[in-house]
Amino acid sequence: MDDGNGLGDVLEASDRRAAGAGGRVTLTLRIRRYNPETRGQESWWDEFTIESEPDDRLLDALHHVKWYLDGTLALRRSCAHGICGSDAMMINGRNALACKVIVRDVAPRVTVEPIRGLPVLKDLIVDMEPFFAGYRSVLPYLINDSGEPEKERLQSPEERHRYDDTTKCILCAACTTSCPIFWGDEEYVGPAAIVNAHRFVYDSRDEGGRRRLEILAEKNGVFRCRTTFNCTDACPRGIEVTKAIQDVKRSILFDRF
Amino acid sequence: MTTVHTYDAVIVGAGGAGLRAAIEAADRVRTAVISKLYPTRSHTGTAQGGMCAALANVEEDYPEWHAFDTVKGGDYLVDQPAAQLMTEEAVDAVYQLEHWGLPFNRTPEGRIDQRRFGGHTRNHGEAPVRRACYAADRTGHMILQTLYQQCVKRDVRFFNEFYVLDQLLSDGRCAGVVAYELATGEIHVFRAKSVLYATGGYGRIFKVSSNAHTLTGDGPAVLFRRGIPLQDMEFFQFHPTGVYKLGILLSEAVRGEGGILVNSEGERFMERYAPTVKDLAPRDLVSRAIYQEIKEGRGVGPRRDAVYLDVRHLPHDVIEEKLPDVTEFARVYLGVEPTREPVPIQPTAHYAMGGIPTNTDAQVVVGEEETPVPGLYAAGECACVSVHGANRLGTNSLLDIVVFGRRGGLHMSEFAGDADLPDLPDAPDVRVHETIDGLLNRPEGANAADIRGELQEQMFDLAFVVRSETSLRKMADVLAGLRERYERVFVQDTGKTFNTELTEVIELGFMLDCADALVAAALARDESRGGHYREDHPLRDDANWLKHSLAYRQADGSIKLETKPVKLGPYIPMERKY
Ligand SMILES: Cc1cc2nc3c(=O)[nH]c(=O)nc-3n(C[C@H](O)[C@H](O)[C@H](O)COP(=O)(O)OP(=O)(O)OC[C@H]3O[C@@H](n4cnc5c(N)ncnc54)[C@H](O)[C@@H]3O)c2cc1C
Ligand code: SF4
Ligand code: FES
Repeated sequence: MDDGNGLGDVLEASDRRAAGAGGRVTLTLRIRRYNPETRGQESWWDEFTIESEPDDRLLDALHHVKWYLDGTLALRRSCAHGICGSDAMMINGRNALACKVIVRDVAPRVTVEPIRGLPVLKDLIVDMEPFFAGYRSVLPYLINDSGEPEKERLQSPEERHRYDDTTKCILCAACTTSCPIFWGDEEYVGPAAIVNAHRFVYDSRDEGGRRRLEILAEKNGVFRCRTTFNCTDACPRGIEVTKAIQDVKRSILFDRF
Repeated sequence: MTTVHTYDAVIVGAGGAGLRAAIEAADRVRTAVISKLYPTRSHTGTAQGGMCAALANVEEDYPEWHAFDTVKGGDYLVDQPAAQLMTEEAVDAVYQLEHWGLPFNRTPEGRIDQRRFGGHTRNHGEAPVRRACYAADRTGHMILQTLYQQCVKRDVRFFNEFYVLDQLLSDGRCAGVVAYELATGEIHVFRAKSVLYATGGYGRIFKVSSNAHTLTGDGPAVLFRRGIPLQDMEFFQFHPTGVYKLGILLSEAVRGEGGILVNSEGERFMERYAPTVKDLAPRDLVSRAIYQEIKEGRGVGPRRDAVYLDVRHLPHDVIEEKLPDVTEFARVYLGVEPTREPVPIQPTAHYAMGGIPTNTDAQVVVGEEETPVPGLYAAGECACVSVHGANRLGTNSLLDIVVFGRRGGLHMSEFAGDADLPDLPDAPDVRVHETIDGLLNRPEGANAADIRGELQEQMFDLAFVVRSETSLRKMADVLAGLRERYERVFVQDTGKTFNTELTEVIELGFMLDCADALVAAALARDESRGGHYREDHPLRDDANWLKHSLAYRQADGSIKLETKPVKLGPYIPMERKY
């Protein structure tokens, strides 16, 4: 079936892909468990082997385990398509969102652990409060005391573009909990907080930049960063986290932003 | 052990509607926000396309044109005074968000940029108009972040990962809510002068849905069980462009920016169904057109049950700058490169037009006379004002949540300022304890995932884009069977720490309630209007059905249906042509 616009070929290609993807795959999930209520303070490993569609998300596989094999498995999730930031986990040793990892890419065997550096509460659920405390400490809201115009404040597309990247953050903590400095010292505000400070420091409408830079210049701030790029690699939103941190460092050093 | 808290205002839900209400209330009275998710996890964050307001930044536009489109888009089931109010307040609502820092895309002059969206037209239907304010294709994310930031600034009190499971009423007035703390399994009673529900939708009752796993209709179901009616539940929006099989939304903004729908013959079929606005016709029409194409054998994909969304002709920078997230969804979840290949899509359960009946101050109202329940409020997707009628226009929900979130927050704090603290009913937590103990003390029983899976499959087969008396009767029987199995459902985890198995099972119970109400109302409405299409009654029937439905749960478990009139206004119902 060729209709002259190339769609016929595309159709066949998509059919082939769908047919090829038809077979189920076997996936073994090795999951680090923790449940102080029933098993005390020691974590342990459980293994589950399931049949899965290759184009399923890892989150679907975890659901399968929870729904059919072990109801006590605890994890957070909501949107299932990488936007809400609930399900950051360490997957095969690297931080990612379980709903953005496709089974095909990890089968036949995958290791799942909670993100590191935050207290584990149960299985894959960690205490996010220290993370959000870091976020709150950088004054993550627009500061502008010059009064509100009747309509919108003007901002050119170029000015808007300057902080575009860091507006994408979904506060999933994948960056902060992949950072060796943060593992060593929970007091470090961590990449995500810096990203959220960045989002306002470079917003032409904001007047709180200097205050935020002062906060980030302190001992638990931005100069703890050793530029390991773990954060950038981990970010599921593709934010150039390390670059944002470098921007902030430079602004502090040269008092320019 | 039960802890009792006392507040003037309690807001249940921390999505756009809840946070907007919280900002308003927290400045005035003692306010708490209870949310089963961390606020920033709320599904408002996934909204992509935009929020409409007649700013007229890029072309001529007026709130009145917006009101007309809203009423017509809603197939005249919209309460017209509410739509007029919302579209008038829209303009200031957008400026307010901008003042709070929302990073809208900008015009070259530095104003808020606007783009086209389905069903939004100039001068009562002449041509598509640029009315949607947007921040790339993550407008909802930016609204949620901005509102949360304002709450952080105001140091609003949050109870995160607390599940509200019951509503307390005493002497016909709101007395508070009962919640379950996920981290500890403890029960908390919140005694409160006013409570506002902002718990979002319940799209998860369908197999293919754009909604989060957590959108399970908790708020409507909690109130339904307490005798509050649910309004217009038969009206559910099936968005035309969900990622094939997964239902993840590909925003209408894709078509707003020039994307088109094509069938297996390469034909841009919307030209046949809506000659004027084509691919930008309202969602109910487009979803039915897709259904028709598939039915007539022009579907694509291995089972020929999809059609294509094609953006290959769009300039690269439009895709990169304005649609980065949605193109990424196609890459990650389908392995399709949208700049080179068309993307297979199918309609996906997206938005609940129906819900908890309210007036324009977000007060919950019962009966044909719309008597307010003192102290009880609802806003956002869980509420039915009704500004969306039988079919919501794209971008009107983000607008709804900020406009009516604000109005609700304001009214509830004024109410709480004047009212004295209500008495708690005797043993306020007994019902919740009974539910939980009942679930945890069962040695074996039915598997919840099976029940949920069957609910979703069957709702998708029998109560989706196209319905009939036969399909709905069948669905009612299925629901009765599922209910029976649910009475015996088994929970393996008996612990108190993050027992998410337990909360999922409770959510499943709420989903069954919403499905019951939806199917009962859909069976009764023997006409087709907006999102509710009955192939056995394909025409709209204004003589008999220009009215809202109200479903009440009776003591014996059955559902009683009532109706109430639509509040009309300047726009006379006419046939919807686009
Ligand atoms: C993918 C997608 C894209 C969309 N795009 C657009 C768009 O471009 N424009 C537009 O106008 N609309 C859009 N919509 C619709 C719109 O986003 C939603 O209708 C709206 O955001 C709902 O907001 P809400 O505040 O009512 O609920 P939500 O944001 O869903 O929040 C619900 C809140 O309630 C809480 N909650 C629920 N149950 C309980 C309970 N039992 N106890 C305690 N807390 C509870 C949750 O934790 C959450 O905080 C889109 C929807 C989807 C799904
Ligand atoms: S910067 Fe990226 S990785 Fe870090 S919290 Fe934000 S979205 Fe997550
Ligand atoms: S579940 Fe929302 S990001 Fe994965």
